[in-house]
Amino acid sequence: MPRTIRDVVFVDGVRTPFGKAGPKGIYHETRADDLVVKAIRELLRRNPALDPAKIDEVAIAATTQIGDQGLTLGRTAGILAGLPQSVPGYSIDRMCAGALTAVTSTAGSIAFGAYDVVVAGGVEHMGRHPMGEGVDPNPRFVSEKLVDESALFMGMTAENLHDRYPQITKLRADEYAVRSQEKAAKAYANGKIQQDLVPISVRRTNAEAGETGWGLVTADEPMRPGTTLESLAGLKTPFRAHGRVTAGNAAGLNDGATASLLAAEDVARELGLPVKMRLVSYAFAGVEPEVMGYGPIPSTEKALAKAGLSIGDIGLFEINEAFAVQVLAFLDHYGIADDDARVNQYGGAIAYGHPLASSGVRLMTQLARQFEEQPEVRYGLTTMCVGFGMGATVIWENPHFDKADGGNK
Amino acid sequence: MSSTTELLKGAAELFPGEVVTQAHVRHLDLPAGAGRFALITLDNGLDHTKPTTFGPQSLANLNAAVDQVEKEAAEGAITGIGITGKPFIFAVGADLKGVELLKNHDDALAIGKGGHDVFRRLSGLAVPTFAYYNGAAMGGGVEVGLHCSYRTVSKALPAFSLPEVFLGLVPGWGGCALLPNLIGADRAVSVIIENSLNQNRQLKGKQVFELGIADALFEGADFLEQSLIWTANVLNGTVTVERPEVDRGDAWDQAVARGKAIADSKVHGAAPAAYRALDIIAAAKDGDLGAGFDAEDRALADLIMGGELRSGIYSFNLVQKRAKRPAGAPDKALARPVTKVGVVGAGLMASQLALLFLRRLEVPVVLTDIDQERVDKGVGYVHAEIEKLLGKGRINQDKANRLKALVTGVLDKAEGFSDADFIIEAVFEEIGVKQQVFAEVEAVAPAHAILATNTSSLSVTEMASKLKHPERVVGFHFFNPVAILPLLEIVRGEQTDDASLATAFGVARKLKKTAVLVKDAPAFVVNRILTRFMGEIQNVIDEGTPVEAAEKAIEPLGLPMSPLVLLELVGPAIGLHVSETLNRAFPDRFTVSENLAAVVKAGKRGFYVYDSGKPELDPEVAALLKQGDVVLSEEQVRDRVLDAVAQEIGLMLDEGVVAEAQDIDLCLITGAGWPFHLGGITPYLDREGVSERVNGKKFLAQGVASVPA
Repeated sequence: MPRTIRDVVFVDGVRTPFGKAGPKGIYHETRADDLVVKAIRELLRRNPALDPAKIDEVAIAATTQIGDQGLTLGRTAGILAGLPQSVPGYSIDRMCAGALTAVTSTAGSIAFGAYDVVVAGGVEHMGRHPMGEGVDPNPRFVSEKLVDESALFMGMTAENLHDRYPQITKLRADEYAVRSQEKAAKAYANGKIQQDLVPISVRRTNAEAGETGWGLVTADEPMRPGTTLESLAGLKTPFRAHGRVTAGNAAGLNDGATASLLAAEDVARELGLPVKMRLVSYAFAGVEPEVMGYGPIPSTEKALAKAGLSIGDIGLFEINEAFAVQVLAFLDHYGIADDDARVNQYGGAIAYGHPLASSGVRLMTQLARQFEEQPEVRYGLTTMCVGFGMGATVIWENPHFDKADGGNK
Repeated sequence: MSSTTELLKGAAELFPGEVVTQAHVRHLDLPAGAGRFALITLDNGLDHTKPTTFGPQSLANLNAAVDQVEKEAAEGAITGIGITGKPFIFAVGADLKGVELLKNHDDALAIGKGGHDVFRRLSGLAVPTFAYYNGAAMGGGVEVGLHCSYRTVSKALPAFSLPEVFLGLVPGWGGCALLPNLIGADRAVSVIIENSLNQNRQLKGKQVFELGIADALFEGADFLEQSLIWTANVLNGTVTVERPEVDRGDAWDQAVARGKAIADSKVHGAAPAAYRALDIIAAAKDGDLGAGFDAEDRALADLIMGGELRSGIYSFNLVQKRAKRPAGAPDKALARPVTKVGVVGAGLMASQLALLFLRRLEVPVVLTDIDQERVDKGVGYVHAEIEKLLGKGRINQDKANRLKALVTGVLDKAEGFSDADFIIEAVFEEIGVKQQVFAEVEAVAPAHAILATNTSSLSVTEMASKLKHPERVVGFHFFNPVAILPLLEIVRGEQTDDASLATAFGVARKLKKTAVLVKDAPAFVVNRILTRFMGEIQNVIDEGTPVEAAEKAIEPLGLPMSPLVLLELVGPAIGLHVSETLNRAFPDRFTVSENLAAVVKAGKRGFYVYDSGKPELDPEVAALLKQGDVVLSEEQVRDRVLDAVAQEIGLMLDEGVVAEAQDIDLCLITGAGWPFHLGGITPYLDREGVSERVNGKKFLAQGVASVPA
């Protein structure tokens, strides 16, 4: 049969505020699936023009698919969110790039014609499901030296990246981290972030963690406005004695969920849904697992090549800040300054947190807001590094782009 | 508020076993910049199977929480205050155990006043207050929310009620005064009187909203979030809450009159709670809440010290607790699985039993009878009932298909019963017929199969006596209408073994019936007491008291129907038959009325005609009656009848027909619909002095269904 590839657009994205994992974290007594459910419901409330029965797929990512993150979350969260029974769903996993992969997989299916409208998102409750819960790595990884032993510990891979790029010093990483906190605080002050947060009711029964009873979370818990170089300088380097990676220049262990709505562009226009970004290309790439933070470089190369673009065409970057060193390696590769204004304008995961499989959609939601504000920008990209040596990149076009208003950036 | 603290402290000392509810205060930032907010969570620290209640210490905790938020509100530190519950539960009201312990009027007054003093503070704070009915809300739980400025309710809320009148109280922590002023007297009467007196009917979240009790309705999935966003919008002024004006004219009086009519039809003036509640609702017409609250306090204290409430709580505990753990039932572990059921007979009763087993057990059910036409009719009845359920949307097509496929009818017992685990007979009430049926069934049924009989008056032991394995025969006596009356008398024959009995109790549980273990004694429990009761009324009539006067004498008990209307429902012929059976067993106490025999012989279905819309003695029946000339006063009639009942129950307990008087009461409540305010009957006989007059002692120890010593 004849087939036409369709344009895919990012209609809308929301997320829960992110929390700190652990017994004192805001979400310690909140289920992971409830976080996803509430994000999906907010998405539907914000887009009343969409009849939920028109949703063709619900793809939800989680790294540790156990307990409240198991049971085929895409399907169960759909039912719990009150979607019609006719709407199917599935679970997806590419560790940190889970939600990003939920977006690209469903987007590919939209382009192919299998779907018209989808929900794609992710969740990670690292308090209820610590990294590595229930894993059983094949002993051949070590016996046959398929990967370095440090590959399983993300902090160690970040130290390895510092080794590879000696010019990326701890000071540069800390300086980057301070800027991330500053930009995030400014974005909050300007109301850039809150507009896409869904408030979450949280229960607390442990008085040691704070006031007990029901509360409401309306802001990210991990943020540390006022962070200074001095305050970062003294932090421990838990992954290596006299190392460079600290809790201050890396994302923390976090809880949170995201959800986005994607559609074929013609369907979005027909239904009167907003078009916030247009998908240009995406790519994934593999690198040595022990320097997984390098991953975004080859994935971006691939995505640019597929789109026929060069790095100079990209006017806005949303790079996940798993580690400052990983962002700096990317910027160095492309000759972009550490404080380039195009990069992570609202700050990044060092400030907001990084609940693994949920983060990809946070990057997209923030990029979409920046597109709205900056019609002179034509292209932007979202990228992140992924455990076991991978990178993921999605390039987006700004539908608000106005040639008269700016150049070709 | 130190007087409240003192009051509650005193009350708390009376109730050391209270499951204490905490009132956690947590602060949060409302969305949309609506400011800092204090949210109170009511939580007893247990899971949802142990709902949150209010005892004195719990009220003191809420009072302390209100102290805190009151101060914060006055200082301008918060813009609003909310109150909600733990997951699935808002709060289910006063802790009844605490009410049971109250010994004097002053303490009872203190508990009423204590609740008021705490709750009403929520309406007098410097900022608006919001109740979020997230889950089950009853009694005081509902009332604490009524004191707030605004309310939201979850669509997922499964049960919301003011059940006080059902138990014998009034909604006395603000409910009677506040509710009619919020939603109008007519709707308040529906909630406080009508629902309560209809087996404590519960409202769902959507109805709570539609009645106007809640100002907003949100889905369960993110109920609290949406409630708080709505709160922010109310505080910001972007949402305006509009409530319809309450009609304080004739409609109010008409509503109260409607409530009185409902109460009269249900309790016939015999229990005071509904009338006290209506008095307060009537007085609340002028909107004077303070006076209403005072009236509630007085009503609560009076009712707490009265026998009707104590009987009500006793009854509630019987049906809620004792019914779930039948006294004397063998170890559950002995029960055998029941994977197929046989029904001997395909008449109306047998068909109803087949339907019940089918719906609850969802296993194959086989009906047999003596000819194909009867069998087809029986199966046809079950199929038609399944179609009705389907039509009403109670079951879906798949379930209907499944159930229809499970019910079959055969003529050949060997074919039908060879693999049945539980076979019940509902054939003609004649010992020879039943013995014959069981012999035939035993010849073809598996060795382990239970043989159950639905006999209402024959001896189970005698029925089993000619079998090879009499140990597997059990009495399984249902009450008409089978689908409605919960009672199932499980009769242990002399040779019935524990495994068979345990299996019978297991089946009863799956049938969702209230099973009571009964000894194989003539007419078991309910029919024996009812027959003695009716027999004594019949005696009085036969001796010369006019029918109407005899009936009227019984009205103050507030029974669901008059004795002769009940006789009509049962059928005079069956009534006569049971009286004959009992007369053979106990000729000194059970008479066979010649007048009743004449009525039956004349083919009359009852004593009354209803041509005028009201029951009136059928002239044809009047012509049949041959009465003496002894006319008793109403009081004399009542004494005669109650004395007979007390004597009979005393004898039954002596014979060991059931384990305790509690089982008698449980049977009467669930099998005859005798009211909570009588406690079945023994609490009433005790408090009216009948038990001591007849038996020289009370049935129940002081405090069991009465004010403790």
